[in-house]
Formats: sequence, C-alpha cells, structure tokens
Amino acid sequence: MCLAVPAKIIKVNDRIGEADFGGVVRGVRLDLLEDVKVGEYVLVHVGFAIERIDEKEAEEFFKIWGDYGTR
Amino acid sequence: MEPDELRRILNDPRIIEKILGEIRKVSKKLDHVRIMHVCGTHEHEIERFGLRSLLPDNVEIIPGPGCPVCVTPKLEIDRAIFLADKCIITTYGDMYRVPSNKGSFEHAKSEGKDIRVVYSITDAIEIAKAEEKEVVHFGVGFETTAPTTAVALLNSPENFSVISVHRLIPPAILFLLSQGEVKVDAFLDPGHVSTIIGTEPYEWISERYRVPQAVAGFEPADILFGIYLLLKQILDGRYEVENAYRRVIKREGNVKAKRMMNEVFYVKDAEWRGFPEIPDSGYGIKRKYEEKDAIKRFEDELRGFEYEEREERGCRCAEVLRGIITPEECGLFGRVCSPSNPVGACMVSSEGACHIRFKFS
Ligand code: SF4
Repeated sequence: MCLAVPAKIIKVNDRIGEADFGGVVRGVRLDLLEDVKVGEYVLVHVGFAIERIDEKEAEEFFKIWGDYGTR
Repeated sequence: MEPDELRRILNDPRIIEKILGEIRKVSKKLDHVRIMHVCGTHEHEIERFGLRSLLPDNVEIIPGPGCPVCVTPKLEIDRAIFLADKCIITTYGDMYRVPSNKGSFEHAKSEGKDIRVVYSITDAIEIAKAEEKEVVHFGVGFETTAPTTAVALLNSPENFSVISVHRLIPPAILFLLSQGEVKVDAFLDPGHVSTIIGTEPYEWISERYRVPQAVAGFEPADILFGIYLLLKQILDGRYEVENAYRRVIKREGNVKAKRMMNEVFYVKDAEWRGFPEIPDSGYGIKRKYEEKDAIKRFEDELRGFEYEEREERGCRCAEVLRGIITPEECGLFGRVCSPSNPVGACMVSSEGACHIRFKFS
C-alpha cells in the first residue's frame, strides 16, 4: 500500500500539478511539499507528491558502488 | 536523472553483485542472522527479484506486520459496511476484497451497497462534490498514506468524512521487541513510511533494545544495501538507525506532512489484526475536526452496529504477521488457501506475505 513511484513535475498550479511518469502524464497533488518546481523529481503515493528525489544523493550512492552506466 | 535511468542503474547486475560481495564477506563472520522488515512492498520486491536466494544461508529475512490492509481489524471493515446502508463508502482497491466477519467490501457491493474503489482520497472528495449523499472514506494505511488523509480532513466538502484506521510503524516495532516472542537481530525499516516520519522516531528504539535498524528503498540495490548496513552493524556491535535511502529520506522526514498530521490526528492505542492492542499505534481524528470523523458523525446510527469477533478456521495469518511462522508453515497455504480462493487477509492483499509467497513460488 505504501507504493510510491518517481515522476517528473511538468506543471505546477498552486497545490495541483502534473507529473510525467515515464511518458504517462497524470495530475498530482502538491499539498505535502513546499515550493515544488517544474523539472523536479518527486515520489508520488496515492496521487500526492510525498518527497523530492535528491539527485546528488543518488549519485553519491553510485560513487560508492560503482557508477556503471551513469554517463 | 530520469527515474527510468535511475532504476536501470539500481538494477544493474554489477552494482548488485558488488553489494552482495560485501554482504558475503560480512556474513562469513556472523552466526545466523534474522532481519525483519515491516513493509509489504519490501516483501514484494524481495520475492519478485528472488533476493532471498541470493543472500548467504545464514542471513534470513522475515516479513513482519507491514501490510496495512492485512492488519486492519475486521471490526473496522464491518463498521464501514454497516454505514454503507446510508452512505457512499470509498476505499482503496487493496482493501476491497479483504475478509471481515460480514464478508468484505466486495461482498457488500454485490449486495447492492454503494461502495466505490478510489485510487486517491482526492477521488473520494470528487465523488462527495458530485453527490448529495454522505461520502465516508475508509482511511487505511501507515504513515505514508496518513498525510493524504490529513489534507482531505483540512479541506473537503460538508458531506465528506473519514473512518481513520491509520496505523503507525515504530510502535509496532517496539511492541514486537517488547514481546520478545520472535527473535529478531535487526530491522529493515520501511522506505516510504520513513519518507514521511524520517529516521528519528526509530532512534530511541535502537537505543533501548540495542537493535540495529536501517531504512531502505525498494530497488534491489536499495534493499541489499540496507541489509549490508545491518549486517555491518551487527558485526561491529553497533545499534543505530542508518539510512540506505538517502536520495529520499531525511532524518526529520517530511516536516510539512508531519505538521498536517499533527494538526488533525492524535495518537491512540489501536488494535491490529493478529495482535492485541498496540499502545500508541493508531491515529484518531482530533475533536477539533470531529465533524469529519465518521465514527462521531454517525454516532447515533452506529448504536445499532453489533459485532462479534470470529476467526477463520485454520488461518495462521496472525502468526505470519508477527513473524512467528512463514506462510508455507500454514497448513492451508497453497492447498485450501490461494489468491483465487483466499482464507485470510494475508492471502487476499497483494501486499500480504502469503499472497506474495504464492505468487512468486
Ligand atoms: S496461507 Fe491463507 S490460511 Fe494460511 S495464514 Fe496465509 S492467509 Fe491464512
């Protein structure tokens, strides 16, 4: 039930936005995050963005375990 | 980085092999280790990717009470079904077929009650806007889902209310440790619950019970990294809460979501299916928002609701949820009980340990 999927924010209109889920665009509620911006990656759970995905931290992870295919 | 790209790298066999290599090195120096996770999605991904078979023999991963719909007491479902005589009930799909004493939401619907499956609580609000009738949303889920209910409690039409059956994870971990009926050496904490609450609420549990914990995400590399951190802690004799999902989880969690939850919910003792009452493990709706609390709102109607607990014969779901037995150890598993003909909640829900084990075995 706690499934959350990553998506890219492509539209922000106050507390409602649109997000791109790998080609599929769906409406997403932004009530749970401050100042969401277009272009940010978020995790979406039952229609709500619940957190941002920090790309720097993702890259740190690859640095530790080998950055296969990162670029 | 595009999510697909991120996922591709996190699934790269070379990364996975590298983490597994470290796991093997550490585990050689350890006795048998039992790690419990408390998340249906972890169980699903562990089975889907066959991670158990990749781990050394002395590293055992057992599922705990990590499936919110499985731990929801039957009474709560029956009470919602009772209200369906008068109201439209909205529920998440995961909950729809879970058995109660009276049947299930699905069964009630087949009897003509107005029960609607929604993907999001915002869909339930849309239904309330379009209908004259009262709409009651069955608010199930752990801390991941509770903030979305909080948003709805703070802003929804007059004819909309919620049955809050939200349950909290750290008190469940604490309870399992305090009971001591199952030996657990470390906990793999749930990634998306922790996205909201952060790592901080687990810290004193690690201190008090000297038990290592790690929060982890859901790609194979995330889960294995979490397991690696736990093994390393056991080897070093440390007991901390480590973060294997740093790209999402912060120590303080999602502050805004927590603030909204604090505004509308209070913490109460709550029953979990398969458990006795667990102290401080549920969210009730604060008095300030009581007209949004369906149990208060329909207090008069609910006086007519009667309930007597009945157990499914032979179902050992309760022991599965507490980590005492594996699904296969239940005599009904796969024979009498299967996803097409489920006996207990653990076989109905796509996040139930029995369902997942059946699906991937
Ligand atoms: S296999 Fe079926 S009957 Fe056995 S514990 Fe699981 S849900 Fe219950």
